[in-house]
Amino acid sequence: MGSYVPSTPAERQEMLKAIGLSDYRELYRDVPESMYLDHPLDVPAGMSELEVSRAVSAMAAKNKVFSTILRGAGAYDHYIPSIVKYIPAKEEFLTAYTPYQAEMSQGILQSIFEYQTMICELTGMDVSNASVYDGATAAAEAAAMCRDRKRKVTLVSAAAHPDVINTIRTYCYGAGEELRIVPAKDGKTDLDALKEMLTPDVASFYVQQPNFNGLFEDAEALGEAVHAAGAMYVMGCNPIALAIMKTPRDCGADVAVGEGQPLGMPIGYGGPYLGFMVTTTKHMRKLPGRIVGETVDSKGERAYVLSLQAREQHIRREKASSNICSNEALCALTAGLYMATMGPQGMADAARQSMAKAHYLADALCAIPGIALKYPGEYFDEFVVEMPKADEALKALEEAGILGGLPVEGGVLWCATEKASREALDRAAAIVKEVCAG
Amino acid sequence: MKLIFEKSVPGRGMSLLPPCDVDLVAMPAGLERETMPQLPEMSETDISRHYTELNQHVHGVNCGFYPLGSCTMKYNPRIDEEMAALPGFTQIHPLAPADATEGCREVLDTAKRYLCEVSGMDDMTFQPAAGAHGEFTGVLLIKQYHDARGDKKRTKIIVPDSAHGTNPATAAMCGFEVVNIASAPNGCVDLEALKAALGDDTAGLMLTNPNTVGIFDENILEITRLVHEAGGLCYYDGANLNAVMGVVRPGDMGFDCIHMNLHKTFATPHGGGGPGAGAVGCKAFLAEYLPKSALMDGPGRLQVRGFAGNFLVVVKALTYIMTLGREGIPEAARNAVLNANYLMRKIQGTFEPAFDRICMHEFVLDLSGFKKETGVSALDVAKSLIDYGMHPPTMYFPLIVHEALMLEPTETESRETLDWAAEVFRQLYELAHKDPEFMHNAPHNAQIGRPDEVRAARNPVLRWQKS
Repeated sequence: MGSYVPSTPAERQEMLKAIGLSDYRELYRDVPESMYLDHPLDVPAGMSELEVSRAVSAMAAKNKVFSTILRGAGAYDHYIPSIVKYIPAKEEFLTAYTPYQAEMSQGILQSIFEYQTMICELTGMDVSNASVYDGATAAAEAAAMCRDRKRKVTLVSAAAHPDVINTIRTYCYGAGEELRIVPAKDGKTDLDALKEMLTPDVASFYVQQPNFNGLFEDAEALGEAVHAAGAMYVMGCNPIALAIMKTPRDCGADVAVGEGQPLGMPIGYGGPYLGFMVTTTKHMRKLPGRIVGETVDSKGERAYVLSLQAREQHIRREKASSNICSNEALCALTAGLYMATMGPQGMADAARQSMAKAHYLADALCAIPGIALKYPGEYFDEFVVEMPKADEALKALEEAGILGGLPVEGGVLWCATEKASREALDRAAAIVKEVCAG
Repeated sequence: MKLIFEKSVPGRGMSLLPPCDVDLVAMPAGLERETMPQLPEMSETDISRHYTELNQHVHGVNCGFYPLGSCTMKYNPRIDEEMAALPGFTQIHPLAPADATEGCREVLDTAKRYLCEVSGMDDMTFQPAAGAHGEFTGVLLIKQYHDARGDKKRTKIIVPDSAHGTNPATAAMCGFEVVNIASAPNGCVDLEALKAALGDDTAGLMLTNPNTVGIFDENILEITRLVHEAGGLCYYDGANLNAVMGVVRPGDMGFDCIHMNLHKTFATPHGGGGPGAGAVGCKAFLAEYLPKSALMDGPGRLQVRGFAGNFLVVVKALTYIMTLGREGIPEAARNAVLNANYLMRKIQGTFEPAFDRICMHEFVLDLSGFKKETGVSALDVAKSLIDYGMHPPTMYFPLIVHEALMLEPTETESRETLDWAAEVFRQLYELAHKDPEFMHNAPHNAQIGRPDEVRAARNPVLRWQKS
């Protein structure tokens, strides 16, 4: 049996005696006899560290690690610099709690303040929170913060990530409010349909940029329509694209959110990731989640604290705008560290290379007879193609250690990042060509 | 400490990516970013030193005693980190084909089996990313259950006044009206108040047991029976599961659904405020309402987060559970309870517990008499502890105890540490009688003096600006 209890059996007996007891059962005297477990749990016996290491490693070995990943759809395989993997593993960062005691937590508080600043810089927005659980919950929380007494309906583009749409739907269901899906045309949000759907009861509209199909939306035009109808405009942005793409601020967004995973977090079978969430000064006090602010201490020195807590559940209880009481602090630290490590040039380079590689891959695939882009629009690092024998081709790629695109309705959604070398892309295209020719 | 931006030097950077080996593509007209984001420009040495300095200004469980009540700050084993960092987990795409992700599903299935056994539940989801997120998920199960039955009159969720603030906030997020009921003088549920609150508009009850004052509610079977009799469901807030895991199961107490904080009870690190994982378990009749990912599992279900949740956190928790095993799980619970009682008795005689009886894994000190006597508040005592290198207990919670300090030592602290902590409390008790002023101004040797929180809220500075 493994154990992390330091006290020896003899010490435990002495401690029991010191509190006037002789047996552990007496500690649980309030537990009714009828429910006190009289048999061991149906869980295997405990293990030594070496045994457990073997057992869990064996599970990891049953997964297939691909040497090239050409699949995105919400989880992006970008290069993670070595130092970005190392620093968040430091035990102090790793094992501390939420920084309630500022006098013992300046390191965490400052890392979040720095993260907030970098997310504001990346998005062009004014105020960032300390992060939320992931991109989907960030979008759902954004929809909630846009509702008021008169405007309650949430509009979401059909071209957003299905998990994001479904998460917003869930939060709306909880609140008892309505969600309406704005249809897509040619893989992008249908602007005319949006205009018709912007009734006076609409609180906000959510669009993803670039969208689930990889396409750039006409974000400014969408924003103008939303504002003309008096609703709030929420954009979900890819943070790597933002290094070179027009900011949500410049597109008129009131709230910007996004999946922060590409900022130094491994794809990790879906998590942990982080959701970033930023707004304008005007809406600052509606922003949910933890926020770190600068102040001074009793000696007049600069210091950081959790701030604007009057919005939060531990003060407002059922009147709070959200129940969230944590963030993804270590992921926020990682994201800040990633952005500082890459720097503005490095981030732009990763974005340009991802975009270039995706276009190279698209050209190579579309040179194969029978394969063509499904949508006419411009795209970033993902694109959908219509292709014959898709299942067969993906299987052949898998056998060659390449994770190909994701089968989606009417095609395959491919992604390339700066990690994919030209050679790997050529190889992938050659395998697909061989299957299609066969 | 300087901010990272104040250390940035234009032109500095690292060599991270090779030159692009394919032709670059221009951003479409009108979509280009106009100005570069002002991100730091740093060498690797600059980065390493900056974050090392930040790290030195953090108190982790590895630094010293961390008796933060209701947060279960137990030691976080390194092997759990090592397992979660295996490339066979970190490099797995959530949408990779089934035959390439067998190991991930084995992790989730195994963790589900063990945690269902520990909690007495039949099914489980790992989608929620935190405790509060788990509460949201659990209360949505209750909502869907009543909705599916067309039982629209059930609009109220009952929450005791001793509850964590997330409970009422969660119920409100799920569209329910919150009915707060007063606790009995012993800190437990007041059965008469509960009976008076129950009716055909009751959707459910949210409860933690042991409760937030660290007492196991001996009427628990009667409580859940009354709620069920009224047609409501019972939600177990698993914040305090560490006291009872392997000893008694929420499922056997009559609860229908539960969240477990894997980052408390199952030793995964808190990371300074996340990522955690809030596994939500339920009885079989609620399983059809558990959330699923639209993209991974297909449409038709609600979901509370993208993909399958904080998977790598589940790997850590599973490693921990497999290490402890069937004997180690109750052993951890029993020693958490023993340590709490030992510390409470050692402190008693100076600071007094709010409830003078056997506690579970945590206990609450009531400093209201002490404050009247000395003028020294719970806050002053908490801040004074910092000078001893001890993280303060949870302050001013639960709300039903005035001048509360809530201590949870956990099972991973040794007797020497508990003896030392009791001695520190004794010294502070004496100091408060001799030099209260000194304690009003504590901490004296910390990273910073007491911060001006009012100023931070009145004049919000929430990002760095180039001066």
